Amino acid sequence: MEYVMLIYNAEERWNALSEAEEARIMAGHMAVIEKSQADGTFRAGNRLMDVAAATTVRNHDGKVTVTDGPFAETKEQLGGYYVFEADDLDTVTGYAALLPHGDVGCVEIRPVFPDPQ
Amino acid sequence: MSDFGAALKAARPRAVAALRRFAGDLDAAEDAFQDAAVRALAAWREDGLPDNPTAWLITAGRNRLIDAARKAGREISGEPPEPVHEDLEPTALDDDLLRLVFTCCHPALVVEHQVALTLKVIAGLSSADVAQAFLVPVRTMEQRLARARKKLSDKGIPFAVPEAAELPNRLEAVLATVYLIFNQGYSARAGALVDSRTCEEAIWLARLLLRLFPGDTELMGLLALMLCHHARHETRLGPDGALVPLPRQDRSAWDGDLITEATALLRVALGRGRPGPYQTQAAIAALHCEAPNANATDWAQIAALYAILERQSPGPVVTINRAVALSEAGDTETALTVLEQLDVSSLTDYTPYLVAHSTLRHRQGDAAAADALLRRALDTSQHAAEREFLSRVLAERSPRTLI
Repeated sequence: MEYVMLIYNAEERWNALSEAEEARIMAGHMAVIEKSQADGTFRAGNRLMDVAAATTVRNHDGKVTVTDGPFAETKEQLGGYYVFEADDLDTVTGYAALLPHGDVGCVEIRPVFPDPQ
Repeated sequence: MSDFGAALKAARPRAVAALRRFAGDLDAAEDAFQDAAVRALAAWREDGLPDNPTAWLITAGRNRLIDAARKAGREISGEPPEPVHEDLEPTALDDDLLRLVFTCCHPALVVEHQVALTLKVIAGLSSADVAQAFLVPVRTMEQRLARARKKLSDKGIPFAVPEAAELPNRLEAVLATVYLIFNQGYSARAGALVDSRTCEEAIWLARLLLRLFPGDTELMGLLALMLCHHARHETRLGPDGALVPLPRQDRSAWDGDLITEATALLRVALGRGRPGPYQTQAAIAALHCEAPNANATDWAQIAALYAILERQSPGPVVTINRAVALSEAGDTETALTVLEQLDVSSLTDYTPYLVAHSTLRHRQGDAAAADALLRRALDTSQHAAEREFLSRVLAERSPRTLI
């Protein structure tokens, strides 16, 4: 199955992290990448720019509006994602467990809608 | 239950688990078992009970899965279709059963889905029986089960035993599910027969798990705890349906065999020196069960055990119980101090708190405060049997001013 792992962080808290704390989380991400590459499940992964760089586009019957900022004000923002091709959910929760988020955020795991073919 | 019915019930968890591995899909496995069970009843009536009903049912279920796959012109998705005899070895069957248990009690499912799946898939209750146990319409329970099954496949919840590092946490979740089922049966309400049956299913599940985890002391504690409670179930409701409090229950009607089994089990668990909240709760329940009469209850020991439980699994309910035990042991002053340390603002609508507080005030001689608290308890109670009991206590306490 294909899974997307969405990384949510409270940007305020993320930006307030000490260098050592940030390095610990980044080391967690390196561990996720190394482990999933070794397992052969890694498909993609990227860190996103802050929501300050987000642009929201809506289209109502051809009327397109473009606005600065994220679609919704939330306490935690999407900060990055991974895509894995894994046998089951436990494999992916195992990767998530390598990330020492603490109070900074959490991850959400979503299966990709299967190809009807 | 007939002999055949009992054999089917005993064989079901391992047979469904083996068929699940073979079919690669839970729905297909359950259908195959159902079909095998129908065939079994007909065949066993002719030939008598086979030596190994579980193996018989797995073979019949597997044949049905192969037939169905052949008719549909597709390969079966799970294991190779040849009946492999090692598959029918007890250890292989127990491995499959473990996988099934951890699938049904997977933390990625909400608790109500875990409970429904466990009762339906492992204990083999009908949707109607599961619905009755949870006081919801059958249709609602069928929808809940369908949603739970869909989540299993949509999320990709594996048919697997968790890794060693995860196992303690995951087993704890399984025990919580079993205890929730027991409590669902135990909470007093109309239809006492359904109650005890649901409790018996929880006990049955715990016994099944104990065969898979014979060394787990908390599992022993949980089973001992449920056995102690269940030993008293006949005496908990009076003929009029009102709750009978522990001191007034007819101890001669308690099930001595269950109590003996519980205390023996608990002794083994405690002897292993790996304490935990289920063992502590079982020790408290056992002290109640072993007292020859209510006055002989070792309340000082019970208060000490509640103090341990407060550290193992803190919560207002535990603190309230510790206060009551302290008061029963003769120290109502300390009991009230303990009770008053609680965050009362969150407890003003909590019946057990109000009842306990009222009892302690009554003992202290503050009748007005005691009655006011009891009236509020009566207002907040959700259980008919409990309300009946509380209004009786209120009537007994109040002096008869009107004739």
